[in-house]
Amino acid sequence: MIEARQLAVTFNPGTPMQTPAMRGIDLVIPEGDFVTVIGSNGAGKSTFLNALAGELRPDSGSILIDNQDVTAWPTAKRAGLVARVFQDPLGGSCANLTIEENLALAYARGKRRGFGASVSSAMREEFRAHIARLNLGLENRLGDSMELLSGGQRQAVSLLMAALQPMKILLLDEHTAALDPKTAAFVLELTREIVAERNLTTLMVTHSMRQALDIGNRTVMLHEGRVVLDVRDHDRDGLKVEDLLHMFEKVRGSELDDDALLLS
Amino acid sequence: MSQIAFLGAIEVGLLFALVALGVYLSFRVLQFPDLTVDGSFPLGAAVCASLIVTGVDPYFASLAAALAGAGAGMVTAWLNVRLKILHLLASILTMIALYSINLRIMGRPNVALLGEKTVFTPLEALGMPSYVVLPIALAVLVLGVKLALDWFLNSEVGLAMRATGVNPRMARAQGIHTDRYILGGMALSNALVALAGAFFAQSQGAADVTLGVGVIVVGLAAVIGGEALINTRAVWRATFACIIGSIVYRLAVAGALNADLLGLQAQDLNLITAVLVTLAMVLPGVRMPFRKKGSTP
Repeated sequence: MIEARQLAVTFNPGTPMQTPAMRGIDLVIPEGDFVTVIGSNGAGKSTFLNALAGELRPDSGSILIDNQDVTAWPTAKRAGLVARVFQDPLGGSCANLTIEENLALAYARGKRRGFGASVSSAMREEFRAHIARLNLGLENRLGDSMELLSGGQRQAVSLLMAALQPMKILLLDEHTAALDPKTAAFVLELTREIVAERNLTTLMVTHSMRQALDIGNRTVMLHEGRVVLDVRDHDRDGLKVEDLLHMFEKVRGSELDDDALLLS
Repeated sequence: MSQIAFLGAIEVGLLFALVALGVYLSFRVLQFPDLTVDGSFPLGAAVCASLIVTGVDPYFASLAAALAGAGAGMVTAWLNVRLKILHLLASILTMIALYSINLRIMGRPNVALLGEKTVFTPLEALGMPSYVVLPIALAVLVLGVKLALDWFLNSEVGLAMRATGVNPRMARAQGIHTDRYILGGMALSNALVALAGAFFAQSQGAADVTLGVGVIVVGLAAVIGGEALINTRAVWRATFACIIGSIVYRLAVAGALNADLLGLQAQDLNLITAVLVTLAMVLPGVRMPFRKKGSTP
């Protein structure tokens, strides 16, 4: 179970550029939940994800993974609990390492690294079996450099890499945003398969409301650094994109009203 | 070029191949432009020579030199990862500091090793002239270092170090403590450079505080030149390219100085180096660390 308690962070505090990116995010994600996160630009989606991954230390609040406080843990220490797929297809892998070397890096996530060969023949066989399921013909190209793959292929491999070792939560950071529609659909379907197969607890940030409602069992909307909507299972089943838009406008509208009250 | 000049070029080329392997580790593997080299090379020479003249075993003195180099590399890395000083500047600071430290270690600007026992002394028993036997011994040593480095960079730890250089954010997400790998990699890189300095002092018969001037450019010339000559896709090819690059560079310099036609003299060495590095960088198909991305024709 992942718990975010009153997470807050302000960028460039005390300067004219001061931006409160999170203003007290509270979210409990029980095991097995697949949460999609939506929100407009600057809502705090990426900041929240970075805080969960450990790339960003919140000013206040705490993050608990299975009741263990990991707020002060750097990314590398947290990597045994958290797996991540980045938005940028180039970001989730090492371009000039080979496919199998990239898989080997992920294979050692959360483990002690030694002086043995990074890619053993047993590992290579395992990688071959994993990568064959993608049906991209990559099983015979394990020795190829990662930079020879297309964006979609790289995201598919990144997903496989994330799932190589057990984790408490899988973080997906708009991982289909940089892909063409057909490839995005393929990667999304692969995501659905892998998450279902291993019953992974997942948090997926997306900019598409359609996608947010189609996938997973729960949708959270962030706005100005707070959770403004949290619907799950039955409550979410009947929702349409228009409903979400409506709710979004209501949230923004009510804030306008607040401001109007203040100003009057 | 005479045979002695030729073998001399090979000998110095092999010595600087160790520098090239160190520079490859920092510039290419960690993508950390490191000028500490100009200080850690004479540091190795200074530590080794000072210990030898006080009667320390030359093998132990060379090991101590390598350890001193590792320390210098860690200072640069620490300035960068802990104090967040820009890598290039961090390395310049260490390099400048080492100039004073080297003078302190030697107590004077140079230490002569004439008549002292060095790591090369046992080779005299073979009864061959030193200009023949030295290149052979160095070739064996450099090959050993190359193979050890190949093994290391293909181990789990070595792969993590390569990932740290290529994509640190991704590396951290895979549980790699990138700061520690930068510290370790810089230590290893400068240990190799200092070891080269120690051997250089022993083969030339003296350590001098000005020994380090331009060592980084020579190391870089070897790395870039090697890449221009050899495809470096796999690690073992890249380390091989460093060695070949270093030797070819020395032969090119010796050739240029020996060609009476050109009228070049020893003092033109740095100019020749700059021209050679520039030529190597504009050759097609070379990865260019200091040229802007996208400006490649």
